[in-house]
Amino acid sequence: MSEPHAHDNAAAHGEDEHHIVSWRVYLAIVLILLAATGTTAAVSYVDLGIFNAVVALAIGVTKATLVVLFFMHVKYSTKLTKLTVASGIFTFLVLIGMTLADYITRAWGNW
Amino acid sequence: MNYLSKEKGLLSWLLTGDHKRIAILYLISITFFFFIGGALAGLIRLELLTPQPDLMAADTYNKVFSMHGIIMVFLFLVPSVPATIGNFCLPMMVGAKDLALPKINLLSWYLYVAAGVLMLYTMIAGGVDTGWTFTTPLSTHYLNSHVISAGMAAFIAGFSSIFTGLNFIVTTHKMRAPGMTWFRLPLFVWSHYAASILMILGTPVLAISLVLIMLERVAGIGVFDPAKGGDPLLFQHLFWFYSHPAVYIMILPGMGVISEVVSTFARKRVFGYTAVAFSSVAIAVFAFFVWEHHMFIMGVSNYSTLVFSLLTMLVAVPSAIKIFNWTFTLYQGSITFETPMLYAFGFMGLFTIGGLTGVFLGTTGADIHLTETYFIVAHFHFVMVGGMLMAFLSGIHFWWPKMTGRMYPEKISQLAALITFLGFNLTFFPQFILGMMGMPRRYAAYPPEFQTLNVFSTAGATVLGVGYLLPILYLTWSLKYGEIAGGNPWQATGLEWQTQSPPLTENFPEIPIMDHEAYDYEWLERQREKEVPSVG
Amino acid sequence: MSDSQVIVHGAEKAGHHEHPSYQRHHFETTAQQFDATNFAMWIFLLTEIMFFGGLFMAYLIFRNWYYPAFVEGSHQLSMFWGTMNTTVLIVSSFTMAMGVWCAEKKLKNGLVWSLILTFLLGLGFLGIKSIEWTEKVEKHHVPGFHYSIQAFTNPASDPEVYKEYHDNPLPPDMAAHTQVYFFLYFAMTGMHALHMVIGVGILAVMIFLARAGAYTNGHFTFVENFGLYWHFVDIIWIFLYPLLYLISRHT
Repeated sequence: MSEPHAHDNAAAHGEDEHHIVSWRVYLAIVLILLAATGTTAAVSYVDLGIFNAVVALAIGVTKATLVVLFFMHVKYSTKLTKLTVASGIFTFLVLIGMTLADYITRAWGNW
Repeated sequence: MNYLSKEKGLLSWLLTGDHKRIAILYLISITFFFFIGGALAGLIRLELLTPQPDLMAADTYNKVFSMHGIIMVFLFLVPSVPATIGNFCLPMMVGAKDLALPKINLLSWYLYVAAGVLMLYTMIAGGVDTGWTFTTPLSTHYLNSHVISAGMAAFIAGFSSIFTGLNFIVTTHKMRAPGMTWFRLPLFVWSHYAASILMILGTPVLAISLVLIMLERVAGIGVFDPAKGGDPLLFQHLFWFYSHPAVYIMILPGMGVISEVVSTFARKRVFGYTAVAFSSVAIAVFAFFVWEHHMFIMGVSNYSTLVFSLLTMLVAVPSAIKIFNWTFTLYQGSITFETPMLYAFGFMGLFTIGGLTGVFLGTTGADIHLTETYFIVAHFHFVMVGGMLMAFLSGIHFWWPKMTGRMYPEKISQLAALITFLGFNLTFFPQFILGMMGMPRRYAAYPPEFQTLNVFSTAGATVLGVGYLLPILYLTWSLKYGEIAGGNPWQATGLEWQTQSPPLTENFPEIPIMDHEAYDYEWLERQREKEVPSVG
Repeated sequence: MSDSQVIVHGAEKAGHHEHPSYQRHHFETTAQQFDATNFAMWIFLLTEIMFFGGLFMAYLIFRNWYYPAFVEGSHQLSMFWGTMNTTVLIVSSFTMAMGVWCAEKKLKNGLVWSLILTFLLGLGFLGIKSIEWTEKVEKHHVPGFHYSIQAFTNPASDPEVYKEYHDNPLPPDMAAHTQVYFFLYFAMTGMHALHMVIGVGILAVMIFLARAGAYTNGHFTFVENFGLYWHFVDIIWIFLYPLLYLISRHT
């Protein structure tokens, strides 16, 4: 761990040597996003039981991931940026998960 | 020429981007609110001198303790060390000219001022009596006090602290001087980094729950009101998701101060530097896993109680690591007892008591007996006042020569530290006993058999008041009449001490190159042998 | 550390005039400035995740408690406008990404047009949102303000929705809980719309600055960071759309 900071101080990720994503990638992504929107809207008319919510969320997560990775350039970003995104998602999951730990187990033992 | 004398006039302060000037602005404003909050505390103790509610009616008392809590938490404790000492020192400690985002830093101060003004308005308009916890459905349905303006003030103060935290994280990552690796950073920076993580991830959740309270009051919907199908426990979960980490937002920067002070006045590198650094981060991470221990008596599930109780005990580990490492730092050190060190000793003793009683409260069985009694009040005042305020005063005395270029009178400041320590114990130790005996918090009246201890507590508060007024007097006096301090009066190793006092606007004549470890006193000796001291 | 940085440091001492005009005084290099502000934007987005996180948490609890009310509440939302708005916002994210691309490639006209398109799509989104909100006001579905549960206790009274979904009448207490659904609907879409309004406002200023060539001189930090904000707002909508509109559309 002698130089753990080297990657975030170095100039390699600054404006000068910025990685530019091709516009073709953007076009492909937007088409996928639009297709996914159509799919999720169509699927909501099919009765899948509890899986309606699962499918809707899965498609939502996929779309969001594509936006984060490509539109927001995280795929081409530093580890620090990736870690930042991950920590946000992690804390959100802690909020949801730990709160549900209370709600879900409240009825346990009361049957 | 220094940062104070470079530009003159009020406007040069109000539009400044200089982190040191913003720190001074913050110092003045938080001191103002500290004394308002302190005056309210004085009223509370006066009321509790006698068992009957004779000084004020019960609802006035409710407003007084609520305003005391809200002002102290949101306008003093949360910004206390980070926004003043942190703002002043952090960029210098990492060897930068300024924080990464000076305008955001100034914005943060203006938001703080806006929050303060709203809070003052709330107070003048009639106050708020929800307690600082904004408990629903009390705050959304039953009360007719100024919940919306108080909530708005806390909301804005929250964003002020988010911007401070954001700035610290970016600065620590991106603004370090050449050679300043992560493990050469002073522990002060590590603890501020950890606190900043909590500020940016926790505060927004408080913000949204306050927004929901305000909307619920305006529209009369039941998100939190059980009579309308809402869930008051949901509010508790959201609120404590922030407000438990908020406790660490308050204490972590204080721990950073103690690391600096203990090392400097023991003339030793902090024992177990890496462990102390990582314990800060560990506290920040654990902070998000323990909030439910504030809710054990609120009807949460027994199973989750078990998990949260266990996780709560785990937080004691990194805190203990810090305390033990400071103690080992003292071992065989060349200890001197200057004022900052006295306050630091006070911190270590009082915080240990406060922290350990926290473990009692984390135990579910004990919690059911002790929570909502004066035991809780004593516990968090030991952590917040005994811990954080001691650390704040320690830090102010430690960096005062750097901020102003002047020394304060040593003897009287040592006396003030002693008075504070004695007054504090006299005020809050009886409250542990009162809590054990079952005196509930948040009531204007109590059974007569509790009076003796309450009189002790009120007497202690008076002594404590003297202890807090003294620094104001002699520190103000020192601005004009204090001895000239010189660049490094304590012979400390941090980069902020290697420049003149008060520093230049851009901190250093040229960006320093860090070529040694943190707390390397031998390096300091070599520097002094090498060159005739020219700074200061 | 590395020698290169010492050299940078030496160059810094030599004189400030070598820096581009947009470099702030406290940064050593433009790369450092870009990195710092870009990272700051990400940190800000973290706070935004947690801000909306609290709302999602509330949604999760109440959806499980009052599922029938959430189903019939969501039937009151227009599938057409909701899907339309999702499309509008996704396309605006694309035009924004193209804006950033143009700024990186120093294509001034492309940047200006991308920003104008993004601006118009953003306005379009808000326009559609206001159509939807107006409908809610007319149907007395704004919680707290003359709220009416008639459409839920007696679904046949709202023939337009009824002919599509044939909802069963809800008992009065469950029907009253549709207020919680609409409260969350307004809170979530309102917070989202607030972010859109701020975004559209900033875009308006950016268009003028871009015309003056502000972002195509190699200093595109602001466009990049605003892009991150815009995409983030898009992501929030990507989740709001299934959560609010698509709860159960099958009959």
